[in-house]
Amino acid sequence: MGHNKKAQGLKFFIAFAAPTVFIFITVVLIPFVYGVIMTFTDTNGISSSINWIGFKNYIQVIKDKAFWSSLLITIEYVLASVIFTNALSFIIAYLLTLGIKGQSFLRSAFFTPNLLGGIVLGLVWRFIFQKFFVYIGTAFHIPILEVSWLADSHKALIAMIIVSIWKTTGYLMIIYIAGFTSIPKDLLEAADIDGCNKLQKILKIQAPMMASSFVICTFLTITGSFMAYDINVSLTKGDPFGSTTLISLNIFREAFVHNNYGKGQAEAIILFIIIAFIASLQVYLGKKAEVEQ
Amino acid sequence: MKPVESKKSHNGIITTAILWCLLIIFIIPFAIMLISAFKTNAEIMGNPLAISKNPTLSNFIDAFTAMNYPVALLNTFIITLISVALIILTSAMVAYYVLRSKSKVGKFIFYLFTSSMMIPFQAIMIPLVTIYGHLGLLSNRMTLIYLYIGFGCSQGMFIFHGFMKSSIPISIEESAKIDGANVKQIFFGIVFPLLKPIIATLAVLDVLWIWNDFMLPSLVLTKPFQLTLPLSNYSFSGQMSVNFGPLIASLVMTIIPVLVLYIFLQKYIIEGITSGAVKS
Repeated sequence: MGHNKKAQGLKFFIAFAAPTVFIFITVVLIPFVYGVIMTFTDTNGISSSINWIGFKNYIQVIKDKAFWSSLLITIEYVLASVIFTNALSFIIAYLLTLGIKGQSFLRSAFFTPNLLGGIVLGLVWRFIFQKFFVYIGTAFHIPILEVSWLADSHKALIAMIIVSIWKTTGYLMIIYIAGFTSIPKDLLEAADIDGCNKLQKILKIQAPMMASSFVICTFLTITGSFMAYDINVSLTKGDPFGSTTLISLNIFREAFVHNNYGKGQAEAIILFIIIAFIASLQVYLGKKAEVEQ
Repeated sequence: MKPVESKKSHNGIITTAILWCLLIIFIIPFAIMLISAFKTNAEIMGNPLAISKNPTLSNFIDAFTAMNYPVALLNTFIITLISVALIILTSAMVAYYVLRSKSKVGKFIFYLFTSSMMIPFQAIMIPLVTIYGHLGLLSNRMTLIYLYIGFGCSQGMFIFHGFMKSSIPISIEESAKIDGANVKQIFFGIVFPLLKPIIATLAVLDVLWIWNDFMLPSLVLTKPFQLTLPLSNYSFSGQMSVNFGPLIASLVMTIIPVLVLYIFLQKYIIEGITSGAVKS
């Protein structure tokens, strides 16, 4: 009987889990483990003579100014995107739960930029920054728009942040709307009776009740913008003078343009450690927010 | 009571006005594209704001052939359709195993899959290209689909697992078992049809991901006849660095199928995003 049960369990595993587990191991697990090993070698992806070089790749990365500058640019990009996207989407979500006419149309319309991939978005905005804004700047004598933002090392990063806000706001708005609508109505009515104004209601009732929405949205934007690549490669290509090279683009170029597979992979592992740390923090804070509700 | 009511509708008008102004800012890029796509390059360079006096389709005709539009559209469509269908099937099955086997293996799979969701694609792409390149599996659309299953199955398993745990009562399965049904019959006959709402959620998330994905296909697909729409847009933009008309037309053609789909399915898409985000 026990033997029979074991055989059944094995059959169940082979029929339902084995194919997916095999695909997962060959696509995610083996490359990940192999990737960690690669960082201790001088592999370039082509030559077959591979030598162990210990921590040399990591030391090279730490000494590399281009790596630190791309990490710093990425952090600036992440912080600005996270703050502005969350603030804007929270406000829009709030206004779209007040019950005005055309509410559901507006919700769908604000979400539209999310349907587009980063490449299309980047190319559209490249045209807007290079032609449209420059034309307006010269025609109406607005100095700040006269020269393309993509040609200026400070404004090019701002341009990327604007595009990132434009893309992500609609997505977060949907999550915040779900948060707003999940708050029991009688709670807000009770606050009305107690004479709370709208701002007090937002700060004292709605925002605290939406802690888990904040956690989801904040971390979604943090990890999303840490890994941003498509918008980067299509909008600025890292120009001018590498001033907008985010970490993903830097890793990509290190490996596939300069053929430094080991060093590029070492940078990728550092990115992984950052993302894993942020993700664990999210799980921790998410559980805490749930408990407190 | 009257003054309160009039104040309320007054507020409603302000809210509506703010939102519509914001929406106009949001929509401007789309409007600029539509205006520009029908203009000649000289008109675009002259005045990007003006609407063309003699709208032309020549940009679309140029882009259609130069970016190999029908092939790119078909590639994107087939790759997305097959990948999403297989992600749904494989991850629903593995989630069912994890939930119902009650074995240590099941638990191990659950933790292995969910912890892998922390790994960014960038940490895998270099070894992936090395390994699959040595095996001679790159430049192949089937490989791309295989990789999408691998990258999509952990999130799929997680979402299905949560849904099955909360919404599929084990009692119906047990009564089917007493009637003599085996595991496959129970899963495909009873459980899978009950997963419809969550399948819709996962389908929305995965279609948006794979349809628009760039980094992975740019590493796997190299031959012109294999390119998906984002790849084709990108390579076309390299050839059209100053020739904006056809480039904009190519972007409009890429966006239109998605927009049309969105107009019909927006309710499901918004619902899918909501439940997907809250669950993962």
